[in-house]
Amino acid sequence: MAQFDLRNVDRRVIFTLIFVAVAWPLIQPMRLPMDVTPPVQQLYDSVEAVPPGSIVMLAGDYSPDTMPELQPMVVAFVRHAFRRDLRIVTTSLWADSPPLIEAAMTPLAEEFGKSYGTDFVNLGYMAGGTVTLLGMGASIPNTFPQDYHQTPVRDIPLMREVENFDDIALVMNISSGTPGTREWVQQVQSRYRVRLASGTTAVAAPPFYPYVQSGQLVGLLGGLKGAAEYEGLVGATGDATRGMDAQSIVHALIVFFILLGNVVYLMERRARPTGAARPARAPEVSP
Amino acid sequence: MTWLHDFVLGAPGTTPAVVWGYWVAAVLTLAVYSFLYKDNPLYRFAESVFVGVGAAYWLALLYHNTLVPKLFVPLFPPEGEPMLWYRIFPGILAVFMLLRFFPKLSWLSRWSLGFIVGMYAGVNTTGFAQGDFVAQLHATMTTPLTEGGGLSIALNVAAILGVIATLVYFFFSKEHRGALGGIARVGICFLMVAFGASFGYTVMGRVSLLIGRMTFLLRDWLHLMH
Repeated sequence: MAQFDLRNVDRRVIFTLIFVAVAWPLIQPMRLPMDVTPPVQQLYDSVEAVPPGSIVMLAGDYSPDTMPELQPMVVAFVRHAFRRDLRIVTTSLWADSPPLIEAAMTPLAEEFGKSYGTDFVNLGYMAGGTVTLLGMGASIPNTFPQDYHQTPVRDIPLMREVENFDDIALVMNISSGTPGTREWVQQVQSRYRVRLASGTTAVAAPPFYPYVQSGQLVGLLGGLKGAAEYEGLVGATGDATRGMDAQSIVHALIVFFILLGNVVYLMERRARPTGAARPARAPEVSP
Repeated sequence: MTWLHDFVLGAPGTTPAVVWGYWVAAVLTLAVYSFLYKDNPLYRFAESVFVGVGAAYWLALLYHNTLVPKLFVPLFPPEGEPMLWYRIFPGILAVFMLLRFFPKLSWLSRWSLGFIVGMYAGVNTTGFAQGDFVAQLHATMTTPLTEGGGLSIALNVAAILGVIATLVYFFFSKEHRGALGGIARVGICFLMVAFGASFGYTVMGRVSLLIGRMTFLLRDWLHLMH
């Protein structure tokens, strides 16, 4: 009878276990407990502190490949803002963001009875990256002369109240790369002292935590976990909350694999005679 | 039977175009994941489709979002609107970039590159100085060591020690021996913690993407999530 060798586990076994660990909690939710971390609480409190009727900006700088992490943040932020009667201006430095933002905002606008042009406006994409940010500091209508639907921005009622960042109570940047949160901090927050918050992919989040500590960001959502925490504070279960059970189970499984790998390695080293050469690795299975 | 109907034809109220979209996306997702078993023609087909569609999508997106509104419309405006003649200069620089394909004229592309490098260096240098260097230095220097509870003070002290020890690790003008070597070793520990946190977040991000795809397959396509 063939023995199961822990030193040469076929990686497809691991893939299968990861698949089950993701699929099962999605089909049968477990509602594992989750704490709210300070950066997320700070973001929630910052939005709560904005007076009703104020204008906030949602700057979406992301693409479809990061939607699982970032779209729940957009939905939760828009829900939070609409619930507090805040008006929203959205912009984008990424060409593929505007339709994603539109997809998130349209159903929520219907749910809250908000009208395009008076309660929210989508200014769409503008090329230029950091240069566009500097232009917005001087004049947002001049930088975005037309909205996403090709309407002249000066003809939109909400935009008659917006000239530059002085008229924006808070900017929420949803970022998955460059240009993104770092550029918003460097070019906008540091120059115009805008109250800036950020939601980023988990991969991008660690370098931005010092910005929270220094006060340059008033809050930060890091990856699916940050989105789920924010959904919890806003009081609306969404895709992020639903995904957190799977995330926790997979993390536990990965930790188990890491521990198992190290235990097997130590056992193998202890069993090896002193001075013996390390046995050659088994050939890897494609891929 | 209801499940089978939803799976094949979509949930009530779903248009055929959306159902087709779900099926195409699901088949392509499974084709890509089939690589985890082993390389196969289905995976290569999905990969080629992605590359081709992605290139075409970006070409169309950039043409309609950048070239048309930023160059063509300002140079050939509708009746009654002024012509922004100065937009011809970035247009010329854009043409220069394409001259890289012609060896005799490729030197002209350096003008465009020089413009881009110079402009971005200027903008980003001031931005980095204001947004990162000065602001982070200021925040570190003014970290309160007496405010808040015991844990808060301990974390602030750790942050300051971490900055100093890590800077010492990157100080290469003196050999890392004795006290300097000890502090540099502490700096390495802080760096390892930072790398570990970064790796942990990366794992979380990759798992999140898998969750996103699985949510699509199980909810939108298979209707197994409620």
